[in-house]
Amino acid sequence: MNKELVEKIKNDPNYKELVSKRNGFALKLSILMLAVYFIFILTIAFVPKVLGTPISPDSVTTIGIPVGMAVIIFAFVLTGIYTKRANGEFDDLNNKIKNSIKDKQ
Amino acid sequence: MNRAFIFLIIGTIAVFASDVISGEVQKQSLNLSAIVMFLLFVSGTLGITYWAAKKTKSAKDFYTAGGGITGFQNGMAIAGDYMSAASFLGISGLVYMKGYDGLIYSIGFLVGWPIILFLIAEPLRNLGKYTFADVASYRLRQTPVRTLAASGSIATVVLYLIAQMVGSGKLIQLLFGLQYEMAVVLVGVLMILYVVFGGMLATTWVQIIKAFLLLSGASFMAIAVMAHYDFSFGSLFAHATELKGIEIMSPGGLVSDPISAISLAVALMFGTAGLPHILMRFFTVSDAKEARKSVFYATGFIGYFYILTFIIGFGAIVMVFQNPEYLDLAKQAIDGGSPILGGSNMAAIHLSHAVGGDFFLGFISAVAFATILAVVSGLTLAGASAISHDLYASVLRKGRVDSMTEMKVSKIATVVLGIVAIIMGIAFENQNIAFVVGLAFAIAASANFPILVLSMYWRKLTTRGAVIGGTMGLSSAVILLILSPVVWVSILGNKTAIFPYEYPALFSVTIAFITTWFFSITDNSQGAKDEQEAFEAQFIRSQTGIGAEGASSH
Repeated sequence: MNKELVEKIKNDPNYKELVSKRNGFALKLSILMLAVYFIFILTIAFVPKVLGTPISPDSVTTIGIPVGMAVIIFAFVLTGIYTKRANGEFDDLNNKIKNSIKDKQ
Repeated sequence: MNRAFIFLIIGTIAVFASDVISGEVQKQSLNLSAIVMFLLFVSGTLGITYWAAKKTKSAKDFYTAGGGITGFQNGMAIAGDYMSAASFLGISGLVYMKGYDGLIYSIGFLVGWPIILFLIAEPLRNLGKYTFADVASYRLRQTPVRTLAASGSIATVVLYLIAQMVGSGKLIQLLFGLQYEMAVVLVGVLMILYVVFGGMLATTWVQIIKAFLLLSGASFMAIAVMAHYDFSFGSLFAHATELKGIEIMSPGGLVSDPISAISLAVALMFGTAGLPHILMRFFTVSDAKEARKSVFYATGFIGYFYILTFIIGFGAIVMVFQNPEYLDLAKQAIDGGSPILGGSNMAAIHLSHAVGGDFFLGFISAVAFATILAVVSGLTLAGASAISHDLYASVLRKGRVDSMTEMKVSKIATVVLGIVAIIMGIAFENQNIAFVVGLAFAIAASANFPILVLSMYWRKLTTRGAVIGGTMGLSSAVILLILSPVVWVSILGNKTAIFPYEYPALFSVTIAFITTWFFSITDNSQGAKDEQEAFEAQFIRSQTGIGAEGASSH
């Protein structure tokens, strides 16, 4: 990639939009995942009894079971949300950038 | 080459078949269906290897299967790499022993995946060619950074291989009645065949087939267990607690204090994002779009698999625990309690017999064997690419090497790694190797991950910072683990550990990031300035994929 091309892409509004939108989105989702996981693991470390509470008085199933399952499903859903937006909106922006420099490559 | 290949296949099958047949006479009959299914798997996958060998013509084909794997296929292969025999048998065994703690453990293994997708997958695909060292050294000095990244890769791969080989020897010994050494040699030879002849294409398809078989088998077991309880988790748990007590439904002693909890989380999350055999898979797809899909599917398969292992662990509690058929009477006579044959890691294997009889036990045993083969093949290929692509082609020959020679070197490296794995597997048979996988994750998290992620996102990273930081991360992970209770007390027999926590990652990862940061910002050399200036072009390529490696033309 030559200097001229770097300058051109760097100043392309589509590129700026792509970078800020995607990295912002990726960062938000990462923080969300980390927050959910660390709340889960720190609850276990500090107050293990919370997740050991039965979901109803006559049941042996504890709150921990649906919460654990929910963390797994949450992780999967997050990857789905990101992939959908990135393969649509972000790739469209990216294609605009690629088309604008087609003659220069 | 093809003739040599066919000869080797026939030889291997003949040796294996004659040994198991002669061994079969004295052993229990339950192994017959396992052996038939295993031979079917081996001949099928060797057929694939033969097909792949004909398509593997260049170094690119060898390392990345030509870059033409789809997102779905790659997702399955990544999931396959992650669903090792250790995680299938180990996590279901942990659930069987401790109930809820097994779920905590598997969640830790899963949550790294979204982070890999959001931060690593696309830049990795856009910047790299064959190995993650391509990305780490993209704008830094090749020789030192590649040497470091390759050392981190090889250390991770070899440690992981030792754990897999020892585990496989013991498992196969138990399931098929084969001698330990024989089992280790068999795994080593088959793995060399897959990788040397079929490269990444064969390794990927072996992994996909195995992942499919493992998910099908585990699904069947979970459904059979649930059907027994009219698909009510409540009655399954109620019955399980009657046998094992109410504490299996709550968090137990797995994470005892906050520091250990966070440290384990750091090791699992960042370690996953630094495993060379996983990172390598992102180069097998055509572009960033397929790389994203790979992680999406992989996360789905892995999450589903962990839910299955949780049900399987509880299924084993209700159907295997205290079942006289699976009781280890000799062990019970000494230790008391209700130990099962082969230890708690065999819980899933016994459950397969309880729900599906000898035939299904054979199927699951064969799948467990196939799992080992597929995982060690991926590991070996990752190690071989670090040796041939990073150390030989880039460091030693400074890139002045043709694709055929590079491929030849990686095949030699594969054979050498295979032999090393066999020797280590035999040498470590009676050693306590519980710490080995933990060490592999700690090194991946402390040496590989910080350099990789900083090289992608941090403009100011310099060669000096990366080399010192990566070396500090690697050595602190190793030293802290030696001083921790896992090695200092359990293996070396000292009374108290010098480093009090079982997982060093929180400290070693922090050390790696801080030293990398410090030695980068204080680097005022001209080289450092050039490296920082080169960031812009690298960042554009990582974000847009302009100039990235495409799929090969054929």
